[in-house]
Amino acid sequence: MKQFIEKLSSKYDLQEVVYQRDNLVFAAISKENAIEAVTYLRDYEGFTHLVMMSCVDWIEDGKFQLLYLLNSPEKKCDIGIKVYLDRENPVMVSAHHLWKSVWTYQREIKEFYGVDFPGSPRVDENFVVEGWDDIPFMRRDFDTHEYAEKTYFPRGNRKTNDPAEYMRKKLYPNQPVTAKQRKDDK
Amino acid sequence: MSELDLNDKMSEMLAKSEANVKSSKKNFTRPEDELREVVAPDGSIIKINPLYDYFSDEKPKEEKPRGGVVEKFLNWARSESIWVLGFGTGCGSIEIPPLVTPRFDMFRYGVEMRPTPRQSNAFIISGYLSVKTLKRVIRTYEQMPSPKYIIALGSCTINGGMYYDSYSTINRLDKYIPVDVYIAGCMPRPEALLHGFAKLKQLIKEGKGEKANEYARNFDEYKANQKKIIKDWNMPDYNW
Repeated sequence: MKQFIEKLSSKYDLQEVVYQRDNLVFAAISKENAIEAVTYLRDYEGFTHLVMMSCVDWIEDGKFQLLYLLNSPEKKCDIGIKVYLDRENPVMVSAHHLWKSVWTYQREIKEFYGVDFPGSPRVDENFVVEGWDDIPFMRRDFDTHEYAEKTYFPRGNRKTNDPAEYMRKKLYPNQPVTAKQRKDDK
Repeated sequence: MSELDLNDKMSEMLAKSEANVKSSKKNFTRPEDELREVVAPDGSIIKINPLYDYFSDEKPKEEKPRGGVVEKFLNWARSESIWVLGFGTGCGSIEIPPLVTPRFDMFRYGVEMRPTPRQSNAFIISGYLSVKTLKRVIRTYEQMPSPKYIIALGSCTINGGMYYDSYSTINRLDKYIPVDVYIAGCMPRPEALLHGFAKLKQLIKEGKGEKANEYARNFDEYKANQKKIIKDWNMPDYNW
């Protein structure tokens, strides 16, 4: 695997190479070269299977991270290609021509995080929620509790009980309380 | 007679016969078979074939209880045949199959599952309800013939349950459709569901199963609440 990564890094500028396991490596590639690298891996190196494509919101760094996780059935190993996008204007080159399953992943990421993939089929259609008009709901600056309170008529008077505590009080009210339990009660 | 006159006469006759054909064509369609013009929810005017006319632009009406012995008899009959629509909205629907099997066997209480809303009068909202599903639930509920009853299953329908802070599931059901019986729990066991059916029967026999009328009475309020959270309202307002 190490030799293969060295060979690949002579072709592309790999950053943050992490050897997670013997058969799993992660590497970051710039936005411009990423799709080219993925195509090269698929067509010449036998990474023919797209395991998944995902997105991470690194709000502290002001970035979105896309991950293309590829699997090679021959080599029996995985490689994850990370791509960092600017959080202000997240646009990525579409990879829908490589695998058909990418259509759905990109539609999903567009709706969940607002990362745009121009030219990808049906990318602007609803995927999970219908008629969403707020900021994309999987972004970390979206406060889902506040949104629910504002939108869905909360009933109020919501109480939470620690199950162990509640059952102890209910089932054994006369049992002497230990020092630890007294501490927990406070 | 000159040739010109003949031509004139011929054309006159032709026009007459055409008009005759037109009028006779019109005569073949009965007045009740003519296409009906309806304003669609997006504002455009569409024509509807009366043979496929499922489009209603009339609000639901309140049906006054008959009162007296007749109403008592009707309520007894209603309570003994609760036909449940087979529509599982959330995880709670997994509690319904055991009810059909011999162990819990809800048929002995006159509770039965039906495949379509037109044949059922009880609707179990089983567990959490997302906004997307609520849209389908409203359409289905409005297509059920009155009197109809709603059983809300699980704590998600009461105050949101464990999904109280979710962006896509509703918090409380009774803002959108009227609820007859709540069954608390996460998840309620099939026994709890049977108890819920017993409670519903009791309510109907006491003449308190009038939630379909309540829906008709407060229709505008319910619609406003529904439209507040369903942002792409792309269905007819009234459809039963």
